Amino acid sequence: MKIKFYIIFLYVFFVNLPAVAHHDEFNIFLIENSENIIKSSAKTVDSILRDIQSFDDEIVSRFLELWKSKSLYYIKDTKQVVIVNENEESLDALEIDGLTRIGNYSKKEIKKIKPNSGVRAKIDSILVKYQISNSDINVRQKSIESLKRNIRPEHLEVLQDAYINESDAELKTVIDRLLKFAIVKYSDSNDKKLEIIESFKGDTAIEIRASLNQLLNSSEVKVGISLPNNKNIARVIVPGFTIKNSNGTSGTTNFFNEDVEISINDAYDKLYADNLVYKKRITQEELKKILEQNISGDTIGGYSISSLDNEQSRIAAYNKLVENNLAPPFISENKINEEVNKFIFYSIYNETSSEVTNAALNTLASINFRVQIYKYIDLLIDGLSLASIYFLGAIGLAITFGVMRVINMAHGEFIMMGAYTGYVVQQFISNHTLSLLVALPLAFIITFIAGVIMERLVIRHLYRKPLDTLLATFGISIALQQIAKNIFGTQARPLTSPSWLDGSLSLSDDLSISYIRIAIFILSLIFLGLLLFVMNRTRLGLETRAVTQNPVMASNMGINPERINMLTFGFGSGIAGIAGIAIGLFSKVTSELGSEYIVQSFMTVVVGGVGNIWGTLAGASLIGFLQKFIEWFNPSNTLAAQTYMIIFIILFIQFRPKGIVALKGRAADD
Amino acid sequence: MTNSINDLLARHTLIFTIVVIIFSLFITFFSEPYGNGLISTSFVKTLGKTVCLCIIALAMDVVWGYCGILSLGHFAFFGLGGYMIGMWLMYERTAIIVQEAATNELLPLTETELSNAIGNQIFGVVGGYEIPSIWMFADSLGLQLILVIAVPGILAFIFGWLAFRSRVTGVYLSILTQALTLALSLYLFQNDSGLRGNNGLSGLQNIPGIEYLGQEVISIGFFWASCIFLISIFLLFHSLMKSKFGLIITSIRDNETRVRFLGYNVEIYKLFIFVLTAIISSIAGALYYPQAGIINPAELAPIASIYLAVWVAIGGRGKLYGAIIGAAFVSLFSSWFTGGQAPDIPLGIFTIEWVNWWTVLLGFGFVLITIFSENGIIGFLRNIFVKEK
Repeated sequence: MKIKFYIIFLYVFFVNLPAVAHHDEFNIFLIENSENIIKSSAKTVDSILRDIQSFDDEIVSRFLELWKSKSLYYIKDTKQVVIVNENEESLDALEIDGLTRIGNYSKKEIKKIKPNSGVRAKIDSILVKYQISNSDINVRQKSIESLKRNIRPEHLEVLQDAYINESDAELKTVIDRLLKFAIVKYSDSNDKKLEIIESFKGDTAIEIRASLNQLLNSSEVKVGISLPNNKNIARVIVPGFTIKNSNGTSGTTNFFNEDVEISINDAYDKLYADNLVYKKRITQEELKKILEQNISGDTIGGYSISSLDNEQSRIAAYNKLVENNLAPPFISENKINEEVNKFIFYSIYNETSSEVTNAALNTLASINFRVQIYKYIDLLIDGLSLASIYFLGAIGLAITFGVMRVINMAHGEFIMMGAYTGYVVQQFISNHTLSLLVALPLAFIITFIAGVIMERLVIRHLYRKPLDTLLATFGISIALQQIAKNIFGTQARPLTSPSWLDGSLSLSDDLSISYIRIAIFILSLIFLGLLLFVMNRTRLGLETRAVTQNPVMASNMGINPERINMLTFGFGSGIAGIAGIAIGLFSKVTSELGSEYIVQSFMTVVVGGVGNIWGTLAGASLIGFLQKFIEWFNPSNTLAAQTYMIIFIILFIQFRPKGIVALKGRAADD
Repeated sequence: MTNSINDLLARHTLIFTIVVIIFSLFITFFSEPYGNGLISTSFVKTLGKTVCLCIIALAMDVVWGYCGILSLGHFAFFGLGGYMIGMWLMYERTAIIVQEAATNELLPLTETELSNAIGNQIFGVVGGYEIPSIWMFADSLGLQLILVIAVPGILAFIFGWLAFRSRVTGVYLSILTQALTLALSLYLFQNDSGLRGNNGLSGLQNIPGIEYLGQEVISIGFFWASCIFLISIFLLFHSLMKSKFGLIITSIRDNETRVRFLGYNVEIYKLFIFVLTAIISSIAGALYYPQAGIINPAELAPIASIYLAVWVAIGGRGKLYGAIIGAAFVSLFSSWFTGGQAPDIPLGIFTIEWVNWWTVLLGFGFVLITIFSENGIIGFLRNIFVKEK
C-alpha cells in the first residue's frame, strides 16, 4: 500500500517534468550497465556512479533517488531496469522517466533491486551533489540537514561548490559552517584546518565545541617502555592517579574525587594483555576460588581453614599451594607497583598533527573561558530569580512580622490560599491570561479578609505575647493546611501559566532566561515599589508606623490603633495571597506549599533586619544568591546547599543579630 | 486552696512515682508474656512510646515553661538520639545476619569482605556499599550510647553558646532553633548523608543479641525502662526546679535583664538548661525508636518540634505534670483519631471523618487554649475547681 502510494506520487511527479533530454542515451546506458545495477556491489558501483554523472542532472538525481530507496525493479527476462505500478494481480512496468509504458507483467516476472547498505551510502554521497544544487530551496535545505547528520570526506568538494553557488544568504551561512566542520574533520591540509580553528575563537555554539572536542578525540590507554617520538601524545597517564580531561589532556583527581582513568591493577592487567609482563595477576576472588578448590579436610596447604579470615594468612596459604605447583604464582602488590612503574602509560590523539591539536586546545580554552563567563552570568540570573522568589514569599511577612512584629506562622497558608484561589479561578475561566487577571485581585481580597478575621479573632488578644502568637498562629496553620487537604486532596494541582509566559529568552546556547523568571522578578519589583509607596507615602502607612512605634501616642493623635492593626495585617496577608499565585505558577499547588516557604521567609526577614522593607530585599538577595552560589559547587545536591545556607544564616545572625539593615535609635528598642 | 493542691502534687513526688509504678505493674499484669494478654504487644509499644514522648515533653517544659526559651528544635535532638542508637541496632543486626549467611561459605570472611557485605546490606538502597566514617563506632553499643549523649549535647552546646552569647532571645531564638531543625532534617534527607537518606534506619525493633526473647518481652522491657527513666527525670527536674538554681531559671524567664543586673551569668544558666534538656530529649529518643522500629528524616521535620510545644502548651506549661498530661493526652488522642478508630459523625449531607478533621480540631482547639487558658488543661481545671482564695 505504502509502495503503491509512493509510486503514484513519483508518477505524478514525472508527468510534470519537462521533456527529458538525453532520454534515449540514458536508456542505453541503463541497458549497458543493467547487470551491475541489478547486482550492484560496493566495488562495481563506483564506475557506474562515475559514468552516470555525464547525463542530465534531473534524470540522474531521480534515478539515484529511486535506486537508493529500493524502488527500482527489473524484468527477469530482459534484465531491463524499470519502475512499476502495482495492480491487484499484476505489475505495470514503466521506463525510468515514468512516461513510457513497457508492458504488464505478473509478479513473478519482475524483481525488486535491493542495493546493500554500502552501495546505498555511495549512491547517497553522489546524490547529495545533485540535491544540493537543486533549484528548489527546500530540497537544498533538506540535503544540508541530512549532510549535517552524516557528513563524509567526499562531501568536502560538494560543499565547497555549493557554498559558491548558493544564492540564499541564510542557507549560505549554514553551508559555510558545515563546510568549516567538514574541513576541520576531513581536510588534508593542516593550514586550512588551522585557519578554520582559529576562526572558531569566541564562538560558543555547542556544535563548534563538539567539533573541536571531536578533533581532540584520543586513543585508549597505550603502554610502552618510553613515549613514542613520532606520535601526537595527548596525555601521559599515571595509573591510580591521573584522570582524563574532556579535551584529552590529563588532569589530577580533585576534591570531588573523580575516578582515575586506569587503576594500578588494571594497568598491570593491561601490561599482561600486551605481553609486557608474563605473570598473570591473581585477583582476590581468584585467590579465594583456588583456595576453595584445594581444601583438604580442615586445612588448605597446611593452614587450618578457620585461620584464613584475613588477607595475609590467605596469601600465605596460597603461596604454600604455589610451592606445591597447585596454583599459578601470586603477584604481590609491591611487585605490581614495581612492574607498572617500569612502563609509561599514555594516550595519543587521533589527529596526527600536534599543530592542529594545539590550535584546537587553544581555541577550546578561549571558548571555554567565554562559556565560563556565561555560566557566571547564568548563576547571577539564577540567584536573582531565587532572590525574587524568597522576596515574594517574605514580602507579606515584612509587614506583619517586620513592621507590626506579629509572628504569623500561618503566613505560609495565606500564600497557599492565594495559589489555590488561582487554581479554582482557572477551573471557571479557561483563558489563562484572563483568569490570571481575575485571580490576582481575588486572591488579594480573600487573603485580606482571612487576615482581618484572624487578626480580630486571635492576634488582637495576644499583642503583648509574641511566643503565644507564634503558637496560636501555628494552630491556625495546621488547621488551614488540613482543611485545604480535605478540600483539594493531597495531590498537586496545576496552576498553568498563560502561553506568553512559556518559553525563554535565549541569549546563547548556554544562556537562556525563562519568561516566568523575568515575570517573577518584575512582579517582586512591583511589590517592592507598592510596599514602599504604601508605607512611606500614604495615610495608612503613616498611621501604621505611628501605631507600631507608640500605640498610645498614636491614639492620642486620633488614630484608631485597632483599626490600623486590622488593616495592616489584612494588607500583609493580601500581599501573601498575590505572592501565592506567583509561586503557584512555577511550582505545583499543594497544601504544603506555604510551609515549604515559611522558615525561609522568616529567615529572610530576620537576616534582612526587622522593621525595614529594604532589609527584606537585602535578606532575600543574600539568601537567594548564597544558596545558588553554594549549589554551584555541587550542583547535584540542592538539599546540601539548603543545609549549608541555613547554617550560614544561623552563624550570620550570631554576628549581626539585628540583621543587615538594622534600625537605629528609638525604634530599635524591643 | 490553690496552694494546697499544688503542694500536694509538688511535695509528694512520691505520689507521682507510685502512680507510674502502679500503672506499669498494671500494664505488665495484663500483657501477653506476663499476664492474661488483655493488652496487646502493639498497645504496650504505643504506651511505651507515649511515655518517651512524656519525657521529651518534660524537657520541653523545663526549657520553655521554666526557662522561657521556646525551642523549636528539641524534637531534632530526640531524632538524633534515635539515629545514634539506630546505627548500632542496624549495624549489629546486619553483622549477625551476614555472619550467619557466611557460615555456608567455605572460607571464613576477611574483615574487608565482612564490612563490604554489611555495607552492601545497609547502603545498597542508596547505591553504595562503603560504610561511611560516621559509622565507625557503630559496632560498639557502649560508644554509640556515649554518642547518644555527646552528639546532641555538643550540637546544643555550640548552638546555644552562639545564640545566647549574642543575646538572641524570644521569637528570634525560636526561629533560629526551627532553622537548625530544618537544616538537620534537610541534611539527613540527602542520600549521601551516610544515614540512608529518606529511607532512614529500619528494623530497629530487633535488638541484636536478645532477639530470642521475642517482641512481647522486649516491649515490656522497653516500657519499664521508659517508665523508670520518666520517674528519674521527673524527680531530677522537680528537685532542680525547687532548688535555688530553679529559682534563678524561673527568674530568667520572668525578667532576664534583672537577673543579669543581680550579677548572675544568665547565659551559663540558659546554656546549661538547653544542653541538659537536649541530652534528655536524645535519650528519650534512643528509648523511643527501638519501640517504633523505624526512623527517617521526616521525624525530625520542624513540624514535629512545634507539635511538641503544642503538647506542652495544651497540658499546661510551667508545671511538670502539665507537660506529661499534655503529651500523653494529645499523642494518644491523635493516634486514636488519625488511626481511624474514632467513630465518624454523620451530619446528614456531610460526614465528619476524624482521620481528616482531627488535625483541624486540634489546631483550632489549640488556638482556643492559647487565648483563653494560658496554663493549658491544668490551668483550666484549676480555674474551675479551685476558686479564688
